Amino acid sequence: MALRGAIVVDTEKCKGCSVCVVNCPTQTIALAREVNSKGYNYAYMESPESCTGCTNCATVCPDTCITVYRIKV
Amino acid sequence: MDVKDIIKPENRVYAKTPVLTSTTMHYCPGCSHGTVHKLIAEVIEEMGIQEQTIGISPVGCAVFAYNYIDIDWQQAAHGRAPALATATKRLHPEKYVFTYQGDGDLASIGTAEIMHACNRGENIVVIFINNAIYGMTGGQMAPTTLIGMKTATSPYGRDPKLHGQPLKITNLIAQLEGTCYVTRQSVHNAASARKTKRAIRKAFENSALGKGTSFVEVVSTCNSGWKLSPVKANEWMVENMFPEYPMGDLKDR
Ligand SMILES: Cc1ncc(C[n+]2csc(CCOP(=O)(O)OP(=O)(O)O)c2C)c(N)n1
Ligand code: SF4
Ligand code: SF4
Ligand code: SF4
Ligand SMILES: [Mg+2]
Repeated sequence: MALRGAIVVDTEKCKGCSVCVVNCPTQTIALAREVNSKGYNYAYMESPESCTGCTNCATVCPDTCITVYRIKV
Repeated sequence: MDVKDIIKPENRVYAKTPVLTSTTMHYCPGCSHGTVHKLIAEVIEEMGIQEQTIGISPVGCAVFAYNYIDIDWQQAAHGRAPALATATKRLHPEKYVFTYQGDGDLASIGTAEIMHACNRGENIVVIFINNAIYGMTGGQMAPTTLIGMKTATSPYGRDPKLHGQPLKITNLIAQLEGTCYVTRQSVHNAASARKTKRAIRKAFENSALGKGTSFVEVVSTCNSGWKLSPVKANEWMVENMFPEYPMGDLKDR
């Protein structure tokens, strides 16, 4: 049995600080080339297949922009 | 398996607590203040005390904390949050009362208030954000600024002959009879943020038990004041702040 996860980032709220990126143990997250309306490169799942739903990124996000989902497969 | 099969309400394992408002925080990207606000809000939700909690916001970047955590608040004059918390808790002994203070607020202008509130053992919680700088006013030296650290008012680095040694106020607080729980934590990674959350919860539980003052220092970053990126600021904090302000409980009784 394995865990599969996924995150949803509130891209308008994200400030592109990268704290989630360096705290993801599976290198799932990167900052987008595109920016939001405030000019921040927002976080997104660059490698969605590697997310385990561990919630580390959401826990450290200072702006609480990440929602995490997880299933057992 | 497609991502859209995972993103379903029944699979949700982490979402913003409703105790946190949806207002976008004014803090700089990556600022520790936001993470600590979130942890406090999560503890309030988990303990079911949203209606019974009163926060006292400081002067400093966190002055607007009342916009983000959906509870009752008062806003104190610079450094005076512990005095306001004393009055609030004595008038409403059934409430959970906490102060939220920076190092300029708590360890400089408000030294008298924090010392005496802790010495009296007021049944309050103190959350102390030590980022070793005056963030709000543009990065001036604080009592907690490290030796050699460059700030707007110590452009050649803090010199102990000129400016004194970094003030380890949490160590002094731990000596006071009135405090029951004194701990130093951080929020730079997920494991430490979870530990900080447990410390905040314990502090709130202590105040309901009438055990005295609980004091939670969070060694934090001010990446704007330190002139580093958020990620580099966290690394700098681990390397330079932790040796001076080591993690862990100073007192637990
Ligand atoms: C009586 C008074 N003196 C000085 C100030 C100016 N002032 C505003 S915030 C601040 C220091 C804030 O530093 P800190 O408490 O460390 O908070 P941070 O912004 O770093 O979180 C000072 C000196 C003030 N507002 N009121
Ligand atoms: S939930 Fe865990 S694995 Fe998934 S993106 Fe966040 S930190 Fe990475
Ligand atoms: S930690 Fe939050 S604000 Fe920072 S980049 Fe990640 S999602 Fe955006
Ligand atoms: S100035 Fe410093 S303490 Fe204030 S919001 Fe910016 S990073 Fe945070
Ligand atoms: Mg400060």
